[in-house]
Amino acid sequence: MSSGPSLRSPLGRVRGLGSAKDGTHHWWAQRLTALALIPLTVWFVISVIVLTGGDYTAMVAWAGSPLVAGLLILLIVATFYHGALGLQVVIEDYVHHEMTKLGLLLFVKATALVLALAAVLSVLSLLFTRA
Amino acid sequence: MTTSNRPLSPHLQVYRPQITSMLSILHRLTGIALAFGTLLLAYWLIAAATGPGAFETAQGLIGSFVGRLLLFGWSFALFYHLCNGIRHLVWDAGYGFEIETATLSGWIVVGASAGLTVICWIAGYIAMGG
Repeated sequence: MSSGPSLRSPLGRVRGLGSAKDGTHHWWAQRLTALALIPLTVWFVISVIVLTGGDYTAMVAWAGSPLVAGLLILLIVATFYHGALGLQVVIEDYVHHEMTKLGLLLFVKATALVLALAAVLSVLSLLFTRA
Repeated sequence: MTTSNRPLSPHLQVYRPQITSMLSILHRLTGIALAFGTLLLAYWLIAAATGPGAFETAQGLIGSFVGRLLLFGWSFALFYHLCNGIRHLVWDAGYGFEIETATLSGWIVVGASAGLTVICWIAGYIAMGG
């Protein structure tokens, strides 16, 4: 953004930059995923404690249940979505170089998407290969 | 219209440290730490889907001294972010803004997250059989 003198009027500058009718979407999505993550995280932590010391067979038996697989997928989607939204705010707050900011935002979203997809596919693979 | 000199994010170093502001930045820091922690979650699930060998390797890495140290840090970050996140949701609902209430809820969050971390690690070691 140039901050020097400009012949553009303030009105001309903001035209087209206004509300895209989704101003609260980010805020709402962050809260909704936060709410979903309360029970999902508690369930996941307890499950991991129960699995501690267990072997591969125990892990496959656990993750191979449709209910567990479903909850794991919900956990993965909510976690990576919530994480990407949170990192987005951090980047927007502290990175003021436009291109660096854009690059970081795209990197965070792409990484979250790839990891979430890989994790979900892993859960599905555990579910469907269970003997 | 000058926009470049507006205050941006709070500059923490110019304020006297207070429990509320310290917990606020800790919420953000634990959030960033947890974002990196999702790498471990993804790795653990991918390893399990890959097969017994890959899963053994992952369990070995997580169970190593450095692995446990990281996991301990992440478990505290998780409980802190969870408890303080609930505190934030209560604020979003419009409650608890009085200074004394915010200070009290802050200390409750610190106690709860420390307590939950300790309880989980004791439970984990019991589950492992000592």
